[in-house]
Amino acid sequence: MSVLLDILSSVGMWEAVLRIATPLILGTLGVLLCERVGVLNLGIEGIMTFGAMVGWLTVYSGGDLWVGILAAAAGGAAFGFLHALLTVPLGLSQHVTGLGITLFASSFSYYVFRLAVPTASSPPTVEPFRPLAVPVLSDIPFIGPVLFNQTAPTYMALILVAVLAWGLYRTPLGLAIRMTGENPHAVDAQGIDPIWLRIGTIMAGSALMGMGGAFLTLAAFNSFFPTMVQGRGWICVALVVFALWRPGRALLGALLFAFFDAFQLRLQTVVEGVPYQLFLMLPYILSIVALIVMARRARVPQALMQPYRRGER
Amino acid sequence: MRFERRDHPSRALTIAAPIGAVLAALIVAGLLIAIAGANPIRAYGLILKGAFGSRLGISETLTRTTPLILTGLAAAVAFRARLWNIGGEGQFYLGALAVAAFGMIPAIGALPAPLAILLCLIAGAVVGMILLLVPLGLRLKFGVDEVVTTLLLNFVAVLFVSLMIEGAMKDPLAFGWPQSVPVPEAAELPKLLARSRLHAGLLIALVMAVVVWWLQSRTVFGMRSRAAGLNPRAAAFAGVPLGRTLIAVACLSGGLAGLAGAIEVMGVKGYVTTDLSPNYGYSGIVIAMLANLNPIGVIAAALFSAVMFVGADSMSRALSIPSYIADVTVAMSLLTMLVAIFLAQYRIRR
Repeated sequence: MSVLLDILSSVGMWEAVLRIATPLILGTLGVLLCERVGVLNLGIEGIMTFGAMVGWLTVYSGGDLWVGILAAAAGGAAFGFLHALLTVPLGLSQHVTGLGITLFASSFSYYVFRLAVPTASSPPTVEPFRPLAVPVLSDIPFIGPVLFNQTAPTYMALILVAVLAWGLYRTPLGLAIRMTGENPHAVDAQGIDPIWLRIGTIMAGSALMGMGGAFLTLAAFNSFFPTMVQGRGWICVALVVFALWRPGRALLGALLFAFFDAFQLRLQTVVEGVPYQLFLMLPYILSIVALIVMARRARVPQALMQPYRRGER
Repeated sequence: MRFERRDHPSRALTIAAPIGAVLAALIVAGLLIAIAGANPIRAYGLILKGAFGSRLGISETLTRTTPLILTGLAAAVAFRARLWNIGGEGQFYLGALAVAAFGMIPAIGALPAPLAILLCLIAGAVVGMILLLVPLGLRLKFGVDEVVTTLLLNFVAVLFVSLMIEGAMKDPLAFGWPQSVPVPEAAELPKLLARSRLHAGLLIALVMAVVVWWLQSRTVFGMRSRAAGLNPRAAAFAGVPLGRTLIAVACLSGGLAGLAGAIEVMGVKGYVTTDLSPNYGYSGIVIAMLANLNPIGVIAAALFSAVMFVGADSMSRALSIPSYIADVTVAMSLLTMLVAIFLAQYRIRR
């Protein structure tokens, strides 16, 4: 029992929660945007992989860390555009297209990575983002180091949650986005083209996913290696259901999830006799449980996965 | 510009679609090869030579085709009924693990070979089924989307395999390597070609393709599963028992993926490791789509993927192009195939 208390009262554990949550926050916001405008984006796993690779490659070849994040966002938006092109004007199956984007984006990332570093036995590293202490606030005992001594992209992710919540609920653009996810015909009747709105929003959401991937290589770790995203993208898709498609709850879900992940990591080292694989399974099982709990309460955007064609009902 | 549905997609277009899609994917991949500084024509020549140019190449290509036919069929039967089974990878691994676990029972090893093989194949298929019935149950009972649950279960399944091969099922004679105890000799699939890895699993896969074709085009089950996919509400109204149909589809789909894993471990490897499958489960999705969900087409699509993978291995050694180019080409062909199917069904009007 005292072991559990030791873990729960350690600064390191709570510091890790925000760090683990950051890529999930960005990814979940990305999925949320896409689904709010009515399109499922299963490309996330591949887009995160590409973001991780491109962010790393940019910095490895001499770019600034922020240029790396920007490159990852642009790469994400490019794959988002491809996904949007196939699913919105052409109205192809969003499931299959998304999986295709994931397979293509991740294998393309590995290909480019291998071209850049043909023969490296251990992946080459970059100098990652360092924790940025917020003056004064970071001196508060316990809360200071936990909340105000994070890397810059983590602060950015938190700000983005607020920006997105405000944008979706307090601006005309946000209203149009939410409406397109519910009833694109009504949006069209208002003189807004739902096709272009969907394309643009999917690109923005995919840019967030790319940035989430880049956080992995530029802040959480300092190198890229294949399969490093490890299903985080799929977990984000599950978290959006848990969040009932709301940005604030998405943050909550990501934090809750990261808490369990940080906790099991520390538990692994103190609990003996339990195989480590059981701990590693927990995040995935937890996501499934979250889906089961929330499935009944979920109010899915009404036009999710329904392609819009003018004049077709 | 607008799209207009063709009343009757012509047969020629339906056949031309996958060919055009594959060509388009090869052109894109060719550009990537050219960017990397090699001649694409020469690279493709080397890929073909690697896959077909020698006895070893041909036998390796067909060995690689075998699991891909089965995982392709698994995805095709599920997608036809709009059951999004993306869990082929996990079902493959648990199918393989089931065979190894079954083989640990001394009585199995003592059985005559045909019986031992049959029992092990069934064990693999049943475990694959069970792994898909769980997410289907969650969908039917709680309305949980099976796409995400099957995807997440893939990770759980591979971790479970890792748990077993480092624990209860670890081979004590493997010098500490994490691998399962070997499959008993009686359960090994006979070789089709001496001094090669090609095994009788290929025949099983081909037979399964014909069986699935027959099931889908000649039985009530096939008609029902297609109806459930095309329009579930209309199907239910017409008296199709949706739940039961989906359960049957899940058994077939999960069973085929589990069978793929069982055959791979009984025919090629002989024991289970966590790198038994180079994404066979996920490739199955591409193969099913390339085949336009047609079971016989799956054979051709699986062969195409196998040629790319086996050929790219030897090409990458000769030209120092990363062998990931095969993955890129196959994934790209999924996207181009989606567009090709669309163009076969719609005409563009100004």
